[in-house]
Amino acid sequence: MTIRSNIEKTLDNAEKLNGSLNSFLKIDRDYALRRAEELDNSGAKPGALHGFAVAVKDNICTSFSQTSCGSKILGDYRPQYDATAVSRLIDDGAVIIGKTNMDEFAMGSSNENSAFGNVKNPWDLDRVPGGSSGGSAVAVASGVVRASLGSETGGSVRQPASFCGIAGLKPTYGRISRYGLVAFASSLDQIGIFGQTSRDIASLLGVIAGRDKNDSTTADVAVSDYVSELDNDISGIKIGVPRALFGEGLDDEVRNSVENAIENYRKLGAEIVDVELPNSKYSIAVYYILATAEASSNLARFDGVRYGFRAEDAHELREMYMKTREEGFGAEVKRRIMLGTYVLSSGYYDAYYSKAQKVRTLLKNDFLSAFEKCDAIITPTSPSTAFKIGEKSDDPLSMYLSDIYTASANLAGIPGISIPCGLSSEGLPIGVQLLGPAWSESKLLCLANRFESEFPLSKKPEYFV
Amino acid sequence: MKEGWEAVIGMEIHAQLKTETKIFCGCAANFGDEPNANTCPVCLGLPGALPVLNEKVVELGAKAALSLGLNINETSIFSRKNYFYPDLPKGYQISQFDKPFSSNGTLEVLTAERDESGHAKDWKPIKIHIERMHLEEDAGKNVHEGLPDVDKYSYIDLNRAGTPLGEIVTGPDFRTSWQAYDYVNHVRRVLQWVGASDADMEKGNLRCEANVSVRKVGEEKFRNKVELKNLNSVRFMQKAIEYEIERQIEAHESGEGVNQETRLWDEKNNKTKVMRSKEDAHDYRYFPEPDLQPLKVSTEFIEKIKSEIPELPDAMLARFQRDYDLTFADASQLVGDISLAAFYEATAAASKNARASANWILSELQREWNAAGNSAADSPVSAENLAELIRFLDEEKINGKQAKEVLIEMFASGKSAADVVKEQGLEQISDSGAIEKIVEDVMAANEGQVAAYRGGNEKLLGFFVGQVMKASKGQANPKMVNEVLLEKLK
Ligand SMILES: [Zn+2]
Repeated sequence: MTIRSNIEKTLDNAEKLNGSLNSFLKIDRDYALRRAEELDNSGAKPGALHGFAVAVKDNICTSFSQTSCGSKILGDYRPQYDATAVSRLIDDGAVIIGKTNMDEFAMGSSNENSAFGNVKNPWDLDRVPGGSSGGSAVAVASGVVRASLGSETGGSVRQPASFCGIAGLKPTYGRISRYGLVAFASSLDQIGIFGQTSRDIASLLGVIAGRDKNDSTTADVAVSDYVSELDNDISGIKIGVPRALFGEGLDDEVRNSVENAIENYRKLGAEIVDVELPNSKYSIAVYYILATAEASSNLARFDGVRYGFRAEDAHELREMYMKTREEGFGAEVKRRIMLGTYVLSSGYYDAYYSKAQKVRTLLKNDFLSAFEKCDAIITPTSPSTAFKIGEKSDDPLSMYLSDIYTASANLAGIPGISIPCGLSSEGLPIGVQLLGPAWSESKLLCLANRFESEFPLSKKPEYFV
Repeated sequence: MKEGWEAVIGMEIHAQLKTETKIFCGCAANFGDEPNANTCPVCLGLPGALPVLNEKVVELGAKAALSLGLNINETSIFSRKNYFYPDLPKGYQISQFDKPFSSNGTLEVLTAERDESGHAKDWKPIKIHIERMHLEEDAGKNVHEGLPDVDKYSYIDLNRAGTPLGEIVTGPDFRTSWQAYDYVNHVRRVLQWVGASDADMEKGNLRCEANVSVRKVGEEKFRNKVELKNLNSVRFMQKAIEYEIERQIEAHESGEGVNQETRLWDEKNNKTKVMRSKEDAHDYRYFPEPDLQPLKVSTEFIEKIKSEIPELPDAMLARFQRDYDLTFADASQLVGDISLAAFYEATAAASKNARASANWILSELQREWNAAGNSAADSPVSAENLAELIRFLDEEKINGKQAKEVLIEMFASGKSAADVVKEQGLEQISDSGAIEKIVEDVMAANEGQVAAYRGGNEKLLGFFVGQVMKASKGQANPKMVNEVLLEKLK
């Protein structure tokens, strides 16, 4: 088997399923085949990902393909450079086969906010795949690729992983370079990885993690050998359960499935302890203040002056700005820009932004004290299974609440992984989330790997290659 | 200024720090190049690009801050200043807001009022409070000239976007336009002196804005202030402030009042005009820049920078007056530029004649520099060679008139004083044996005059001196000739 023939098959699968699932915004057939041939011909084997097909969320810059961020305002914008994560994958021998659909500028939890149509959940085409990295989740869940890159600002990898029945990792803030990840909320954004299993995630993470001189917020912390540490013993590991979060608003089937997962971890030798996260009830409020504040500034550069969409028939500068942004951005993006602009405005800054930063510190401290008692914390990933397309799209507040279990990890900068822990009565996957202290990816992947091996899902989604 | 009124002026200076590369990327910090030649994803504000702080900016910023009497803060925070403008590629400027790089400085500035002809009257020091100097990036430039279809299009050149700036903000401490003028010149000179900035207003690497208000003498509260922009030289700035003071006094007295607004200096019509009113003022929505870590500066770093800062011009001015016995005027001319001051000190040390060194540099050599477009930094005559010339003069090897000619030749050829003197055969004959011989020859040839002299006609001494000088082709040391003649004619 050549790399070319493998990649060709992958591309065929992607094209075949895309009509139903809409998970790819661009399938880069020519580029991927050319790259595969180069690898076949070169003889050298640059790294462990030699010939490995990867799909990349369309907010991560690729010089060989478009980077639309799921927005009309960028459209088929072609970056001048590759994101660090992308160039590290390529240097290791991976083949990027296309760019995946997403909520516009990663703002959304259902993928209904893409300017280029919904992504469908391969378990049930009437349901959302989660968001904002829905396309990358579906590319993996439908079996097109073993792994893909997504991005997280407040659960945008873990929540779709949960809705689609796959593994999804949000690393520690500063673990993977953000250089080339189009910013939504810079202090929260982090590239995440989806995998059919946590082993796939481990093999990508080892390649793309680590200090990058182009991103001052990456940390100079040693990168573990995640793959070889996957099979470490988990007995005696302490898993904390924040019981207070298992109450109101949590779907019964999800609760039961997660309780069952906790019991299964106990059987595997983990010690289960109670922990408290008293400030996590504020996480959604804090998240939507800080994320929108940063977004209002990060998205200012999309002004029609230098690249992307520019409204026609504007007669002067201010009108050009207004029309371009009015026509170029979707409703949710505009809602968040307005929210963020408001919370930063003079006279409101202290009441919102400053206060939210203070609560963010309290949240971080909650986790620090909890991790004195345990090695990892377990919670549901999302309060429900995948909801119906259109079910929450008119109710932004209830949509925002689907991030309730995930957003606090972004605020605290800690890593989290979601893995499937069962199927609902309707046959939809349920996700369980493990959170760990900063730089504990190896331990989280190890815990996830053990669970996946012992308790795999009993079936595949309806749409699977 | 009208009796009973007083002006209140605060200054904001933007100085471009003299780094080779921009503040947050590796692009060259030159903006005379082809438009947009010095750009990259970071300074173009492309999606996904991130800033990385240039360490050299911190070094030069520290030099600037310390030499302006500011305290460097152990931790400072970069913040985003949000506004839309085509020359601002990210839609925000990375600046500093509530935690600036340096703050709370006191600076002593020599200042003087000027008479009608612009001459300074009485130099005296005033103390200025400098609130802060923070670090930030510059914006690009909109170009409306010299390109095709400029009536239809605006062009943008982002070469300047991301060049490093230090913004220096004073308290409302100036009471006259000349104080502000002397302050800006002081800052310019200090920044050039320590190598932190070229501080050239014409090239735009130093820009200033003035906040001007007036009040009745004795009033404690400030009245509405006006921010003055488009001040393209220190002189325009002084004129604009002066104009504004008079305009505001008149507006207050007529009952019309002064609006809090931004006004531009219109150099054609010599007046200020409204640019925008307070109602149009931006809400910049500052917040901490999440893409950059807080900037931490260690005590060791500050000590290292302090040790690298040379003696500053005002300290040197005082020392020159004290140690070299120079006048205020001469000393201040010599400290006008760091290389001139160094040139002077080297000359004075080698010649052991501090006052003559000052005179020669400020008159003869300065004239040659001016004519040739040179300065102390690239002088064809080195300090050592000038000192040698001054020594020859002091030792009376040559006379003053000859020395001036020698200097011109030294300047043209780059040769040493000794070489020029030798080549031109200018060296005085100071060998007493040689002079005696000439004197004897002259006396032998003029026996009649010798007798007349000895008979009492002492006026003839001049005749003998002339003959001896003629015989020595002017090279005999005139003082020695005199002495020998007096001796021999006895
Ligand atoms: Zn650049």
